[in-house]
Amino acid sequence: MSGEPDYAARLRRRHRSEMRFRFYGLLSIALAGVILVVLIGSIVLKGYSAFWQTHVRLDFAISAEQVDIDNLRETNWGGLVKATLRDMAPGVTGRRDKRKLYQFVSPNAGYDLRDAIAADPGLLGTEFSLWVKASDDIDMLTKGHLDRTLPESDRRVSDLELGWYDRFVGEGRIELRFNLDFFTTADSREPEEAGIQGALMGSFLTLLVTLALSFPVGVMAAVYLEEFAPKNRWTDIIEANINNLAAVPSIVFGLLGLAVVISLFGVPRSAPLAGGIVLALMTLPTIIIASRAALKAVPPSIREAATGLGASPHQVVMHHVLPLAMPGILTGTIIGLAQALGESAPLLMIGMVAFIVDTPTGFTDPATVLPVQIYIWADSPERAFVEKTSAAIMVLLAFLACMNATAVWLRRKFERRW
Amino acid sequence: MVTNGQQDENPAHAAARVKMQAKKVAVFYGEAQALHDVDLDIREHTVTALIGPSGCGKSTFLRCLNRMNDVIDICRVEGRIMLDGEDINTPSLDTVHLRARVGMVFQKPNPFPKTIYDNVAYGPRIHGMTSGKSELDEVVETSLERAGLWKEVRDRLDEPGTGLSGGQQQRLCIARSIAVNPEVILMDEPCSALDPIATARIEELIDELRTNFTIVIVTHSMQQAARVSQRTGFFHLGELVEVGNTDQIFTNPDDQRTQDYITGRFG
Ligand SMILES: Nc1ncnc2c1ncn2[C@@H]1O[C@H](COP(=O)(O)OP(=O)(O)OP(=O)(O)O)[C@@H](O)[C@H]1O
Ligand SMILES: [Mg+2]
Repeated sequence: MSGEPDYAARLRRRHRSEMRFRFYGLLSIALAGVILVVLIGSIVLKGYSAFWQTHVRLDFAISAEQVDIDNLRETNWGGLVKATLRDMAPGVTGRRDKRKLYQFVSPNAGYDLRDAIAADPGLLGTEFSLWVKASDDIDMLTKGHLDRTLPESDRRVSDLELGWYDRFVGEGRIELRFNLDFFTTADSREPEEAGIQGALMGSFLTLLVTLALSFPVGVMAAVYLEEFAPKNRWTDIIEANINNLAAVPSIVFGLLGLAVVISLFGVPRSAPLAGGIVLALMTLPTIIIASRAALKAVPPSIREAATGLGASPHQVVMHHVLPLAMPGILTGTIIGLAQALGESAPLLMIGMVAFIVDTPTGFTDPATVLPVQIYIWADSPERAFVEKTSAAIMVLLAFLACMNATAVWLRRKFERRW
Repeated sequence: MVTNGQQDENPAHAAARVKMQAKKVAVFYGEAQALHDVDLDIREHTVTALIGPSGCGKSTFLRCLNRMNDVIDICRVEGRIMLDGEDINTPSLDTVHLRARVGMVFQKPNPFPKTIYDNVAYGPRIHGMTSGKSELDEVVETSLERAGLWKEVRDRLDEPGTGLSGGQQQRLCIARSIAVNPEVILMDEPCSALDPIATARIEELIDELRTNFTIVIVTHSMQQAARVSQRTGFFHLGELVEVGNTDQIFTNPDDQRTQDYITGRFG
């Protein structure tokens, strides 16, 4: 027996290894934290400016004769905007220079003018100013994303435009304003007009379909398999296949959706209904597996207690097992939905990647979803889409945070019932 | 001793009416046989204790009496079990109805994670035994009172039943099962998780409950069997070795194995 010194040394060694173990844990957490901060930080830094947009003040003096007040569509609003621009920059003559001048503001400026007149016809015959969006190049210039020191041939904005810009700034005609339109419009070819509402609504409708299909089906399947199904070869095969389904690459579900949901059942392409069905198929295994785990975790003594009091199997499940498993089921469902929210590959297969300028209002309208919108914008050449991409990612993350908050809230609510 | 006036005969000695009867009961878990040809009469308003070494099939037999073994897939029960002369395994007798007549208290207290009130009210609710809130309140109160818990919980019926102490929880479970007003109460080692004081309370309670119910209790404690029961059955290796009046079993058993067990030579 070597006795005490040996024992003390071993104890010290054990303490040291415990310290090391803790240190590794802290290190991993710190690493994960740093990565998260860098990721979110870079997205926010790149994207926050998308919530602001350069506006140009245009002064109008439009007489009642120039406008058919009963038929606003017939008026050449674009022409009125162009006339004002010509007044603001006198001496522009060449065709190419004029076109450059007109491109100083967004091509949709005419519609803004129309909407202003429609809202207040009293403006006719008076002098009034209107803030319209500047074009994306001017917007980038304001936000400092264009390098003025480059030679003119390498710049998106020519010396002529720079001259106008500097004059307008001097006249107080250029201003960065909060870009509410980003949240109230859908996609557009013009970066300054492109908004997130279409994709947000598309994601919302798609997830609604996914939830409505996968939650009841998933929970019922889990309850049946866990509580009622006989344990035999068939249920083993079903169980193995559910586990396999959870590992199937999502794009395969897209192909399935294309072949079955769209071709066979004739669900419209690009519609939230089609996307929702495909994502529901993808989410089902997650929900079933999570729900079964939650049901399994309910102590058997509760089942015995209820059964012993004469509750039927159905009552045992509905009164005791399911409510106790609900927090776990909800967590699984939200994880599944969060996955579905971030999914783009299967939706590309069923045409949800189309360029869609209208916000969907129903389940069969053509739509796109947030991750696909991010992909579309990230793929666009205009510099202005870079910040839109990051902004869309922020919206997606916010959506996710809302979903998780709902899950936490629901879980609390269910737990408080006991 | 029996103090209740209406109990004019001592059931320990006079043969009361037979409430439940097991005839040639054999139980299999898959291929393994857990019980062999058990014949046992359970007398009305009597506490019958089942004793025997661990794994001898006491719980298995007890669970046969209200068909709790039905929920175990691999379990198969043969033989006949009668309740008031009626076979409980006939298809016409619903398990829901059977379990309302033959209640069960488990080894580990297992209150529902609901309020104390809801725990007791659950049985009457699912069986539609009461009409209206006031009647239900009354059932809850009398059940808790009979289980000797009313005084302790009357002010906190809205608190979760899982927040009670172990002994209180077990009495809550007893209250929960008598709320359905069963004819027979099966208890599987109801005191194994309790301290001596809580055990004494439950034993007292069992003695009181005998007036209204027929009780079958599984226990590992010889003293407990001797204290609370009038009849005792001794199981060994899946067989019912011997059954008789408790004082006879403990003082003068017929079988050598019983003798060995109660004197602590094995088990
Ligand atoms: N669910 C089950 N599946 C398979 N075998 C079982 C099951 N339950 C009990 N058995 C077996 O049946 C036999 C009797 O078990 P039982 O639980 O009735 O014993 P017991 O007398 O209650 O023991 P204890 O005093 O330890 O509770 C044991 O051999 C046990 O292994
Ligand atoms: Mg047992």
